Amino acid sequence: MRKINLADVTTAVRDMFVDACENIPENVLEVLKKAAQEEESPLGKEVINKIVENDLLAREKHLPICQDTGVAVVMLTIGSQVTWEGDLQEAINEGVRQAYVGGYLRKSVVRHPLDRVNTKDNTPAIVHVKVVEGDVFRIDVAPKGGGSENMSVVKMLIPADGVEGIKKLVLDTVFNAGGKPCPPIIVGLGIGGNFEKSAMMAKEALFREIDDVSADPLARKLEEELLEEINKIGIGPMGFGGTKTCLAVKVNTYPCHIASLPVAINIQCHAARHKHCEL
Amino acid sequence: MIKLTTPVSPEEVKKLRAGDVVLISGVIYTGRDAAHKRLCELLAKGEELPINVDGSIIYYVGPTPAKPGRAIGSAGPTSSYRMDAYSEPLMQQGLKVMVGKGSRSEEYKKQLQKYGAVYLSAIGGAAASISETIKKCEVVTYEDLGAEAIHRLEVEDFYAIVTYDSVGNDLLQQGMQTYHKD
Repeated sequence: MRKINLADVTTAVRDMFVDACENIPENVLEVLKKAAQEEESPLGKEVINKIVENDLLAREKHLPICQDTGVAVVMLTIGSQVTWEGDLQEAINEGVRQAYVGGYLRKSVVRHPLDRVNTKDNTPAIVHVKVVEGDVFRIDVAPKGGGSENMSVVKMLIPADGVEGIKKLVLDTVFNAGGKPCPPIIVGLGIGGNFEKSAMMAKEALFREIDDVSADPLARKLEEELLEEINKIGIGPMGFGGTKTCLAVKVNTYPCHIASLPVAINIQCHAARHKHCEL
Repeated sequence: MIKLTTPVSPEEVKKLRAGDVVLISGVIYTGRDAAHKRLCELLAKGEELPINVDGSIIYYVGPTPAKPGRAIGSAGPTSSYRMDAYSEPLMQQGLKVMVGKGSRSEEYKKQLQKYGAVYLSAIGGAAASISETIKKCEVVTYEDLGAEAIHRLEVEDFYAIVTYDSVGNDLLQQGMQTYHKD
């Protein structure tokens, strides 16, 4: 068995959240620059150029890219050969606390959805755990903003709806969101599983690298077709009209019930912030 | 580009058209969901507002904390539709310019025409760049709300785009129609 020190988990979580909020991933920046070149609307082009300029300034001056530094989402991939002593959830929360209080990030979490009192340290984090073979201990983090998260949808389609039904749901969702989720967006799709599994897959899809493609030919085809169809809607950067509404579509799938076709759509703004490390 | 200096006059606001790029200088106030709720509760009780909204600009933002040596933290716009229900009472008090991002309700658009007001967008997610145009920031009231408190900002050439004007034009709809492909 390999033993993990929880103090190292806290430090890693702290450093990754500050890093994620200030430093846009290089591949996201490249995709944005390409989108600025290809955008047909002059105003849309200007908007994307300003986004790129902002991301570079944030990196240079160590400032958060966006004032919405999000809810702290943490995905753990833990090998069955790994052990630790103590409270793992609390070690993660401590890392989040240190990042958001010490790192000048905004605290956007309320302690109860109905009484809405701010916890003032952005805890608790939302933690997902996946157990795998071996001795890996991987931490993926993403500060997830509220504006794009609010535009997300879970819908239980039926088999008769098929691929066309899935596409219609995605296109309707993106159309209804308009400029609100800060386009150009990234669309994470979870198809199959059941109600909660689809939502989880949609989130996991957003943790994929922006420039990867699905290894599954059916998912890949849907990713390519949806990207093209979304960009025909015309919403454009920040909703001002244009041909770059979406930077990427990510489709994750899972087996499902003979009666069901669950579809979850998780929307990500252009500030696609995520980091990972292995301990 | 159109220069706009606060306090804004009803005449210059009425001249603005959807699609115009404006650079705002002067004093503007921040407010989001929780602060708007409180302002409207005061008005409903017939009480005075803690800020003078007549000729003012309200910017929908909840900034990050300022790092040492900076006036404000990152300060991009939040989605405006959440303030739709609170906007008319403030326009009745003379508020002419609101700055946020994203589309808003049809009722809100009609209210802009009724009160001769406009809705502007700042660029969502360009929060670090926007903070460079904010020279001074202080809390006016509702300090307990943290990032959601009402702040008084002194801005210089704050970049915004006229999204809905006071005669019914809608840049978001026009833009989408122009670039929509069948």
